[in-house]
Amino acid sequence: MIPDPWAAVLNAVIYLLLAPVVGGLIAGIDRKITARMQGRVGPPLLQPFYDVGKLFEKENLVVTTTQNFYVLSYLVFMAVSGALFFSGGDMLLVIFAFTLSHIFLVLGAYASFSPYSHVGAERELIQIIAYEPMIIITAAGMYMVTKSFYVSDIMQSAVPVVLYLPGVFIGYLIVLTIKLRKSPFDLSTSHHAHQELVKGVTTDFAGPNLAKIEIAHWYEYVFLLGVVYLFFGFNPLLAIAAIIIAYFLEILIDNTTSRVKWQMTLRSAWLVAGTLGIINLGVLYYLRMVVVP
Amino acid sequence: MQVSQLLIFLILFPLIAAFFLLFARKSLERNWIVKLAALAIGAVSLWLLVAGFDKGMMMYGVSGKVLDLAMLAIELVIAVYLLWLGLKHKKYSVVILVVIQAALLLWFELTFGHTLVELPNNLFVDQFSIIMAMIIGIIGSLICVYALGYMETFHEHHKEIADRRGVFFFILFVFLSAMFGLVFSNNLLWVLFFWEITTLCSFLLIGYSQTPEATNNAFLALAMNMLGGVAFVVALIYLGTLDPSGRLLELSTLLTSGYAIAIVPAVLICFAGLTKAAQMPFSSWLVGAMVAPTPVSALLHSSTMVKAGVYIIVRFAPVLTGTTEGLMIALVGGFTFLLTSCMAISQSNAKKVLAYSTIANLGLIVACAGVGTYNLMWVAILLIIFHAIAKSLLFLCVGTVEHRIGSRDIEDMGGLIERMPKMAVMMFIGMAGMFLAPFGMIISKWAAIEAFIQAPFGLIFIIILAFGGSATLFFWSKWMGKIISVMRNQENVEKTVPQDKWTVLWILTALVVIVALIFPLISSALIEPFIMDIYGQTTRLAEANIIIMLLMLGLLILMPFSMLLESKTPKIAPPYMGGRTTEGGMKFHGSLGMSRDLVLSNYYLRSYFGEEKLFMVGVLACWGIILIALVMVVGVVL
Repeated sequence: MIPDPWAAVLNAVIYLLLAPVVGGLIAGIDRKITARMQGRVGPPLLQPFYDVGKLFEKENLVVTTTQNFYVLSYLVFMAVSGALFFSGGDMLLVIFAFTLSHIFLVLGAYASFSPYSHVGAERELIQIIAYEPMIIITAAGMYMVTKSFYVSDIMQSAVPVVLYLPGVFIGYLIVLTIKLRKSPFDLSTSHHAHQELVKGVTTDFAGPNLAKIEIAHWYEYVFLLGVVYLFFGFNPLLAIAAIIIAYFLEILIDNTTSRVKWQMTLRSAWLVAGTLGIINLGVLYYLRMVVVP
Repeated sequence: MQVSQLLIFLILFPLIAAFFLLFARKSLERNWIVKLAALAIGAVSLWLLVAGFDKGMMMYGVSGKVLDLAMLAIELVIAVYLLWLGLKHKKYSVVILVVIQAALLLWFELTFGHTLVELPNNLFVDQFSIIMAMIIGIIGSLICVYALGYMETFHEHHKEIADRRGVFFFILFVFLSAMFGLVFSNNLLWVLFFWEITTLCSFLLIGYSQTPEATNNAFLALAMNMLGGVAFVVALIYLGTLDPSGRLLELSTLLTSGYAIAIVPAVLICFAGLTKAAQMPFSSWLVGAMVAPTPVSALLHSSTMVKAGVYIIVRFAPVLTGTTEGLMIALVGGFTFLLTSCMAISQSNAKKVLAYSTIANLGLIVACAGVGTYNLMWVAILLIIFHAIAKSLLFLCVGTVEHRIGSRDIEDMGGLIERMPKMAVMMFIGMAGMFLAPFGMIISKWAAIEAFIQAPFGLIFIIILAFGGSATLFFWSKWMGKIISVMRNQENVEKTVPQDKWTVLWILTALVVIVALIFPLISSALIEPFIMDIYGQTTRLAEANIIIMLLMLGLLILMPFSMLLESKTPKIAPPYMGGRTTEGGMKFHGSLGMSRDLVLSNYYLRSYFGEEKLFMVGVLACWGIILIALVMVVGVVL
């Protein structure tokens, strides 16, 4: 079912306006909890907003002017994919728009021809191919349970999706670690200074461009956690609890593991998708097609 | 003018042009003949579209008996010629295959020659044929025009290769003629005839430069395609035994005659299609074919040859729907897609990456056609269209770049955006067409996922698409990254590219974007009626999604203009090189006062996606699956 167009547009607009606020707050909470885990006091809750505000005041220093284009495209298409998701659109279209936006970030890093951003770009690409299969499998799994690719249908489905897709859910949480740029999979760039001082894929972005990337991350957080919601769409309260627990787990993993090599990232992500994902869908397929046709 | 006359024109006219080209001595004459012929062929293809898109399937009788004999005679002459070549170059596998095929053909003629009735309708045209004709007539002839300038430069660069351009263009146009014949023929004997002509043409074109490597690869292509040809003849003999009057040789009759009759010839002919479409284990011939001049590669990969292979498989898809045999063929396509997408990651030779990407996309088409439900058929046809345009553009771009920078290695294409800015933008659009939303190939991938999930055993293909699709993403993105990286102080070398080439390249670039914009029209005017006729139901993307896609495409087209809106020019800084150890001009301080240039290289992940290892896996798996399918067919026969 295609959602009512006006409601869809309204939801998209709400997402576009509120997601940066929510995403920024999540980032603030994240930094606070991380600091407490490391025995520090941590910055104020609104620190991410102060940071971005300050970045916008800085001079726009670039290596090549094309970088502006790539970064803006990254931000725009990240917002587009999130807006499509929250307006209840087709899950696959959302995934493709999401991929498109990341490719722009990678291209922006390639454009500068610095060894650091080059390595960052290659690693970002490896991260993309590591998580992509699992995301597609997630969408396929939700279709098999709810008979629809539309987010609006999946969300309203009374079926407890997570009970049918436990393997897919765990798999999704694992690739979520990659997507949130958390250790052990924060290969291309990390939030932490102890991990690296030269910031991988974002090395050659400064000032307003870096601020745009940060805002794109906020949009991304909200979208990624929205996918967690879909697993628990039958019970909104449970869903919100699940999101909070999932995010707390990600922070915990972030602070208790150290970065692995790209080989390990690719192998573990594909192994998870190839075992948990496929077995889960296989069993579901068997039950649906053979046992109860 | 009658549609039948258009069909005959499209088959015969390229042939006539070919003979003129054979005798054209001056390059000025050749230029004019090629351009005018290309224009005529393109225009008549469009005319056919206008005249025939709303008419469904139309069949035409062309008196056959004399033509049949002429075709047999030509096939035997070709067999003798190939026999002579095979013996001369000591390629005994080819010799054996030629002898087997000729013997089978003669036996067919002697056994059934007197019982065959004259088929009422030797030619036909429907929406699918029209789509194929547009691909051959427009993209094929654009490539021929491009080849004029390319071959000029090619022979300036390669003085050691004998200049046989007359023969070269002769073969190109015979090739186009044969392709038109193939997609318009309703008589399977005719299909086989044109099929063998395309095999011969590609053999001659691959071997054009007459170096030992070219000759070897040409014979490899010949041997693999002959193997398919033998299977094709066996299918005809089987049909002759079923009905000696030969009525089953009519494609339109055969396709509607039901599983019991059609499955055996369907599998055999699809096997021939797998060889021609370079599916594993036969993929090596298409990879080897890159030794040929680039226009040849472009032609083989986009509008002819491999497209003939998938054309015939898609034709037989309705027979394969829901059968185990069809599933086997689909699995060959699926594995080929997955493995060759991964193999492309480990390659730095641009033409090889393009070759593997072609094989992968053909694999996806075969997978769709093999499963053969109505919505997968829709995807398969859409894939054929999108792939033909984007891939021809990319090959021609790589060919031009190779002549300017003297290398076809992706590692040497760094900073192309500075050295050949227009060309880099075209390649960028071509690559976006191959893997990014909201361009053609991703639309097809999306529709494929939605269709596979409803099909029996579709889950296998969803998994294959999930992994193969991300591999695709990797090799295209890193190539894109290479050409758009901005190195300083590069010289612009694209000024010497002649106007003819630019025209062809701009048309193809525009087509990539336009077809992504108007594909809903193509779908509703051509593909949906065609599928409706066969299956009684059809499919399309939801209207809301199409609108979203179009909006995204519009946004994507507008994004580059954001650079014009910037209020002040930003300050340019050098890229970060790691601080104190570097000096200006992208150099690192080495020991003993040496300074070293910065060199950046892409990742190829060879330990994971190495060519040899994956190729072995693919060959074994696909041979296994094909053997199972053939054993099943033998079971049906017995």
